[in-house]
Amino acid sequence: MSGFERALVVLAPGPLTTVQDLGRRRHAHLGVGRSGAADRGALRLANRLLANPEDAACLEITLGGLRVRAAGDLLIALTGAPCPATVTDAGGRTRGIGHASVEHLPDGATLRLGVPSRGLRTYLAVRGGIDVPKVLGSRATDLLSGLGPERPAPGSVLPVGPAPAGFPVADLAPVPEPESGVLTLEVIPGPRDDWFGPEALAALCSAPYEVTGQSDRVGMRLRGPHLDRARDGELPSEGMVPGALQVPPTGQPTLFLADHPVTGGYPVIAVVRERDVDRAAQARPGQHIRFRMARDSAIR
Amino acid sequence: MNARVHRCGERAVLVELDRLEEVVALYDALAAHPPPGIVELVPAARTLLVRFEPPAHHAAVESAVRAVRPAGNRRARDEQVVIPVAYDGEDLAEVARLTGLTEREVVAAHTGTPWTVAFCGFAPGFGYLVGGDPRLAVPRRPEARVRVPAGAVALAGEFSGIYPRESPGGWQLIGHTETVVWDITADPPALLRPGVTVRFTEVS
Repeated sequence: MSGFERALVVLAPGPLTTVQDLGRRRHAHLGVGRSGAADRGALRLANRLLANPEDAACLEITLGGLRVRAAGDLLIALTGAPCPATVTDAGGRTRGIGHASVEHLPDGATLRLGVPSRGLRTYLAVRGGIDVPKVLGSRATDLLSGLGPERPAPGSVLPVGPAPAGFPVADLAPVPEPESGVLTLEVIPGPRDDWFGPEALAALCSAPYEVTGQSDRVGMRLRGPHLDRARDGELPSEGMVPGALQVPPTGQPTLFLADHPVTGGYPVIAVVRERDVDRAAQARPGQHIRFRMARDSAIR
Repeated sequence: MNARVHRCGERAVLVELDRLEEVVALYDALAAHPPPGIVELVPAARTLLVRFEPPAHHAAVESAVRAVRPAGNRRARDEQVVIPVAYDGEDLAEVARLTGLTEREVVAAHTGTPWTVAFCGFAPGFGYLVGGDPRLAVPRRPEARVRVPAGAVALAGEFSGIYPRESPGGWQLIGHTETVVWDITADPPALLRPGVTVRFTEVS
């Protein structure tokens, strides 16, 4: 069977499903953000399990609810937030499948994801990768700028690329589940900590912040200790990074995620460490985050 | 060049300069010869964000940035674009009031001198144009519009710009153009890239 005939047919996308890879580079100077998986480590792992290139395109599924049917025999892996997952084959037999493991999705079979009990974003990788056309070098869906593939909807056919030369070498990856309690994330002060009072960094780390419902792939609005500015006014807009804690005049920080604006005009008091941005992307509204200063050895 | 270098997380530094011209010069120099490990440059009004990957680290990137000796003037690119504008924007009268000019004088000032793209931001393909008539400096609108149409030609602060696609926006709208400034099927996708010279002309 030619690679082109293999596909995932979307029956139901759930609350929010997008196609993601590791994002687009080389266009930041044109005002194009990187985008890509919110939990980059989870997407990489799903691809490694299938011997795909690490940046192959996957589905990022928010709070489960996805139903897809295989066209052609597929190998798949689920990572990130663990969902109850079942496969119903063409003959109507249903079986449960594992998390962070290599699974067979035969021609005509349907994969159903329930709602994860922990974490927010699940990644579905398929051996060969999702082969929708690239936009500016990437298949990432940037929900802020509108770049990238259409959001999968009922009836969408997502072609699967040719299988890579290598074969999976592990059936299962032992990974810790996303945390359900208070997340502790390490931050590096700056670049604009001097725009705040001397006690603001201590306040940031003094008590947990709640992840509010105003949270998406662009960023998470947090509610907690007030961060007092020492200077008024706006910055001329400046470049932003994932993990940046931007503080508008309300004194309540926003933690930027994958689809953050390329530039922003509010000062950034501190930036969450790279590996902890992935964990932040699995925090659900209502969950709490505690910040802690990174030790100096973390910052060369 | 008085550069303040701030850490910006594990994988970036934010270089702060006194003037936009210095940002442009540093960006040009680093873009032409990127030091090892530097993967992304984001120029803005007073800053250049430099993103890097290991084994590069903050101290090495900071030294590389400080070692740059920017050329005196941005080498004028050959690229010059002419953008025909219908000066019928909703804020044209307000801009006239704010500047003390007549509406016709606003149009004459906007078309009278060439502009240059300093940097892009806000949205893909949104170029911040500088170097125009200084009398056109106006504040943003007190409240942003929920919807500004694609092709709207606008002013804010020292900048002029063209909205690449329909989006919210707080700039003062003075006209519109049919010229497409952002096309993802084109290579490069942005018409208004850093360094490109723009001349506006009036269409009736």
